[in-house]
Amino acid sequence: MNKTRYHYSDWILRSSALLPLFIFTYAATLVLPVMSDGPIRFDLPWVPGLDISLTFSIDGLSLLFMLIISSVGFFVTLYSVNYLHGHHHVDSFFLFLHAFMLSMLGLVTADNMMALFVFWELTTIFSYLLIGFEYEAERSRHSARQALLVTGAGGLALLAAFLLLQIITGTADISGLVGQASQLRSHPLYGAIFVLIALGAFTKSAQFPFHFWLPNAMAAPTPISAFLHSATMVKGGIYLLARFQPILGGTPAWTTTLMITGAITAVSSAVLALGQSDLKKILAYTTLTALGIMTMFLGGQATASLTAAMTFLLVHSLYKSGLFLMAGIVDHQTGTRQLENLGGLFTRMPFTACATVAACLSMAGFPLFFGFIGKEIMYKGALAETMCPQMAVSAAVLANALRTAVGGILIVRVFWGRPKPEHAAVKDASVFMWSGPVVLGGIGIVFGINPEWVGHWLITPAVRAFHMSSDHIKLEIFHGINMPLVLSILTITMGVCFYLFHRPLYLLLRGTVKRLPITTDQVYDGFISGVTGLGHLQNRLLQNGSLHRYLFIVLSTFVSLAGYTWLSRINVFPAWELPLMSIREWLLIALIMASVITVLATRILLLAICALGVIGTGLAILFLNYGAPDVALTQLLVETLTVVIVSIILLRLPALKRSEQPKQFKRLMDAILAGSAGILITSLLLAVLDVNPKHTLTAFFEQNSYLAAHGKNIVNVILVDFRSLDTLGEIIVVAAAGLAGFALIKQQRSKYK
Amino acid sequence: MMHSLILRASTRLLVSLILMFSVYLLIRGHNAPGGGFSAALVSGTAFFLYAVAEGADSVRQALRFDTRNLIVIGMLLALASGLTGLAAGQPFLTGLWWTLTLGHDYEIVLGTPLFFDIGVYLTVLGSILTLILALEES
Repeated sequence: MNKTRYHYSDWILRSSALLPLFIFTYAATLVLPVMSDGPIRFDLPWVPGLDISLTFSIDGLSLLFMLIISSVGFFVTLYSVNYLHGHHHVDSFFLFLHAFMLSMLGLVTADNMMALFVFWELTTIFSYLLIGFEYEAERSRHSARQALLVTGAGGLALLAAFLLLQIITGTADISGLVGQASQLRSHPLYGAIFVLIALGAFTKSAQFPFHFWLPNAMAAPTPISAFLHSATMVKGGIYLLARFQPILGGTPAWTTTLMITGAITAVSSAVLALGQSDLKKILAYTTLTALGIMTMFLGGQATASLTAAMTFLLVHSLYKSGLFLMAGIVDHQTGTRQLENLGGLFTRMPFTACATVAACLSMAGFPLFFGFIGKEIMYKGALAETMCPQMAVSAAVLANALRTAVGGILIVRVFWGRPKPEHAAVKDASVFMWSGPVVLGGIGIVFGINPEWVGHWLITPAVRAFHMSSDHIKLEIFHGINMPLVLSILTITMGVCFYLFHRPLYLLLRGTVKRLPITTDQVYDGFISGVTGLGHLQNRLLQNGSLHRYLFIVLSTFVSLAGYTWLSRINVFPAWELPLMSIREWLLIALIMASVITVLATRILLLAICALGVIGTGLAILFLNYGAPDVALTQLLVETLTVVIVSIILLRLPALKRSEQPKQFKRLMDAILAGSAGILITSLLLAVLDVNPKHTLTAFFEQNSYLAAHGKNIVNVILVDFRSLDTLGEIIVVAAAGLAGFALIKQQRSKYK
Repeated sequence: MMHSLILRASTRLLVSLILMFSVYLLIRGHNAPGGGFSAALVSGTAFFLYAVAEGADSVRQALRFDTRNLIVIGMLLALASGLTGLAAGQPFLTGLWWTLTLGHDYEIVLGTPLFFDIGVYLTVLGSILTLILALEES
C-alpha cells in the first residue's frame, strides 16, 4: 500500500475538485436562462457521414442531474484524497473518477441518441474500472466483470432501440422524436423498442431481476459507491426513462411494466436491506429501494407522480451519498463496516454522527427534512394515479416504512449504545472527509424548510422538460390534514415497529435467504460458466494446438464453401486447352513439378524446404517471363526469406522417423484435401481469365500514374498512392504479426528454460 | 551463429553491398521495379546474413535501435505522411508533391508517398528483424 509510484501532493489532487466546482457554478448560472428561454443547445458535427453530431441540449431535467453530479462529484473528490491517501494507484483513481463524471455529464445533456449511447457506455466502462479498482482481490474483479456484463448487455439493447427509433422516424435527436410520439406509440415495432429501452434502463438502474450487480458493486472504494452507485450512474436508467417518457410513455405496457418492476424492486430490496449487517450492503439495498420507487413513479402519468419521482431523485442523492461517505469514514477510522462490531461512536466522531443523523432523518422522512417533502409528494403522486393506485400506495408505504427502520438502525447501531473497547482511540476523520456528509445533510435541512424554493427552481423545470402539462405541483412543508399526511404517520409508525423488531427480522431474513433454492446471482454465474464451457469445448475441437488440424479445418472450409459457391452460382468453367509454350517455359514447369515431387517424397526436412524454395523461385521466373518484374522480385525475396526463416526452425528439429509418419488413411485424406484445394484454386484462376474483366481501372492507372502521382512504376504507385490506405492496413498486419510472433517465441523460451 | 572465417569475411563485404542495393530498390521503386516492401526484404536478408556470421547480438549492436522501435517509427512515418494530406485540407493519405529545381534544367520531385514508402520499409524490416533475431537467439 505504501509503494507510491509517483508522489502526488494531496493539494494537487484536491485541486482537481475545481473541475466539478466549475461545472456546478456553470450549471447554476444556467438555471435562470433555461427557465425563461427554454433548452440551451450546442451542436458539434462529429461523424457527418453517419449523421452523428454531438448535439447537446440542456433543459431542466439535464440541469437537475448536472447539479447533482457536480456537487456530489466535488465532495467525493475532496473526500477521496484522504480516503485513498498513499494508495499506489491514486493517480488512475482520479483519472477514472473525473472521466466518469464528464461522461455522466455528457449522458444527461446529449440530445443525439448515438452520442447518448456512447456516453452511456463510457459510464459503464469507468464504473467497471472503478469497481475493479482493488483488482488484486478476486471478488473485486468478479464484481466489476459482472457489472460490466449486465450493464453492457443493457447498453447493447439500448443501441438496438436507438437504431430502430432512428430508422422509423428518420431523426437521431431525442428532441426530434417528441414530435412523432403519437406515431411511435401506434407503430407495430413499439413493443420491441419499449422492451429494449426498458432493458437498458433496468440494467443500468439495477431493477429486478437485474438488481444483483449493485450490491456486488460495493467492492468499489466507498467514495465510488457514493458517487457512481447511488448518486449518479445508477440514476442513468431513471434519466433515460424520464427522457423517453414523452416519447414512449403513457401506454398500458409502459405504465404496468414500470410500476410493477419498480414496486417489486422497491419492496423486495427494502426487506433484504434488513437482512444485511455490512453498512455498505445495507446502503446498497436501500439504494435499490430508491431506484425502484423512482421507476414506479415514472410509470405514472399524473403530474404529481412524475414530480414525486424527480423530488425523490434529489432527496435520495442528497442523503444517500452522505450516508455512503459516512460508511466510508467509519470504515476508514475503525477498520470495520459490520454493524455488530460498531457502536457508541457519537462522542468519538461528532461531525460524522450529526451528518448521519440528518441524512437518516431525511431518509426516514421526518418533518423539516427534505425527505419528508419527498414522501408527502410521493403519496400524493401515488393517490393521483389512475391505474391501480392501491398498489403504488401500499408499495410506497411499505418501502418507506422499511427505510425508516433502516435509518434508525444506522443511527442507533453505529453511534449510540456502548462503545466498543477496541475503538477507544478512534477519532473523527479529517475535515475534507466529513465536510461532504455535513454539507449534504445541511442542504437536506435547508431544502426541507424551503421546499417551495426547490420546487420552483429545480423540480418543476425538470418535470416540465419531459411532461407537458399546465398544472404544476407546489412543494410545501404542510399540505394540511389530508390523505398523504395520514399515510406519513402510518409510515413512521410502521417504521418504528420494524425498527423495534429488526433483530429477529434480521435473523429470520438471514435464514430465509440461505434457504432460497436459487438466487439471481447464481443464475448469472451459471450463465457465465455455461459460456466459458462452450468456449472450452470449441477450443478443444477447433484449436487443439496441432498445425495439421488447423490447416485441415481452414482448407476443408475453403474447399467446401468456395467450391459450392463456384459450382452453384458462378458456373464459369475454364477452357481446358494448353497454350503454346516455349521450351524454356516447359523446362521451368518440369523443374517445378520435380520439386513438388521432391517435397512430397523426402523425409529430410531441410531438403523439403529447399525444394519448396525451388518451386517459389521457378514461379518467380515464370512471372518474369510474362512481364511482371515487380511481382517476380517480391516473390523471389519472400521465397528466400521463407526458406531462411523456416530452415532456422527446422535445423532445431529432429528428422522425421518412419514411425512418426501419419497413418495410411490419414495420409490419403490429406492428399485428397490438398489435391482438391489445388484443383479448385487453379480452376478458379483459369475461370477468372474467361470472365473478361473490364479494363477501365487499368486504363485509369496507366493514364494517371505519371501525371498525377509522378511515378512510372504503376504497381508501386498503386501501393503507395492510389491504394495507400490498403497498404497502411497491410503494414499494420505485418507489424502485428511480427510482434505476436516475437511474443510467442519469447514465451516458448521462458517455458523451456 | 556459425564460426566460419570465410563466411565472416565475405559477410563484411556482402552486407554493405546488399544494404546499399536495398536503399537503391527503395528509391527507384517509384519508377522501376522495387519499392519499400521489396527493399525491406532485401535488407532483412542482409541483417540475417550478419546474424548468422556474427550472432544476433552483433546485429542488435550494429542497429543501435530496438527492432521493435523500427516498427513503431515506420508506422508513425506512414501515418504522418497520410496526416500531411489531411493537414493540407485534403482526404487522408492524399499524396502531396513538391518540385525542387536545382540549377537550370534539373529538378527533383519529392512527395509524401516517398515517406509513406519509407514507412513501409521500416515497418516490414522491423517485423522481419524482430522475428529473425528472436528465432536466431532461441
